[in-house]
Amino acid sequence: MKNNIYIYIAVMAVTVYLIRVLPLTIIRKPIRNPFIRDFLYYVPYVTLSVMTFPAIIDSTNNPLAGLAALLLGSYAAYKEMGLFKVTVICCVTVLILEFIF
Amino acid sequence: MNSYRKGLKDGLPIGFGYFAVAFSLGIVAANAGLTPFQGFLTSAVMNASAGENAAFIAIRESVPYLEMALITVVSNIRYVLMSFALSQKINPESKLIHRLILGYFLTDEFFALAISQDPYCDPFYSYGAISFASPCWAIGTALGIIMGNILPERIVSALSVALFGMFLAIIIPAAKKSRPITILIIISFISSYVLTRFSGLSVSVITIILTIVVSSLGAILFPTERKS
Repeated sequence: MKNNIYIYIAVMAVTVYLIRVLPLTIIRKPIRNPFIRDFLYYVPYVTLSVMTFPAIIDSTNNPLAGLAALLLGSYAAYKEMGLFKVTVICCVTVLILEFIF
Repeated sequence: MNSYRKGLKDGLPIGFGYFAVAFSLGIVAANAGLTPFQGFLTSAVMNASAGENAAFIAIRESVPYLEMALITVVSNIRYVLMSFALSQKINPESKLIHRLILGYFLTDEFFALAISQDPYCDPFYSYGAISFASPCWAIGTALGIIMGNILPERIVSALSVALFGMFLAIIIPAAKKSRPITILIIISFISSYVLTRFSGLSVSVITIILTIVVSSLGAILFPTERKS
């Protein structure tokens, strides 16, 4: 059976919007429970870390280039060079290393 | 509109990263039989990388509509956590419309930008980033469907780390200031590596599990003493 792609898109769009907007709109006051507050405080850093590694070495053609981008990008971020510079450093690292090897 | 312009500038690397990822996503969409317009529309309403990838595969397999809804929930469930977290970063005084718009555009990257602001996220800063990067996502998908494999693989490979560079620019400066965050990042890296390599679970399931487990661990081991 061939389903209608536009109905698929509508189903996806409504579902994903509810997921994103319900917590954001229902909870408008600061949460008092200390555990939940600390949990939510750590969530973004943990999520971003989990998504960064090992994905960064799996996304490049050569895993070592991805690893080099991770290390140089981390160094640049540690020196607080800002979003754009850190990103460019990561990309250029991969470009150069994969060009050489 | 200073914060809007600052957001626009910080949104540039996100837009370039989005373009590259969306482009490769377009190839998946083409395999599922989507037209460039359908791919554009999907990306414009979904704003999700892993979620769209799962959805395109489901379309290719002609799953029932209810199953599509379930796949959407599972592959995007981490946004529930982000939405909770972001709910605390928006000034309680600000208008509801800002929450409705920011929710629509809640992605990993815009979330990272929003939470990097103190004490509250300025909606117009986010709008600045969104107004450049979000169209890049939708247009990238459509172009990916049209052009397929024209872009050299080397360029795609280099562009694909752009998003991770952005993640690093968020988490590393925070780690520099906070020992607990440093430890949690290291635990996240190691456990994510182990699960990705050896568990056979999908990336989105791993992300959900580790986010809950490691963040709970952090809340138990390193309670902060912030005043409300």
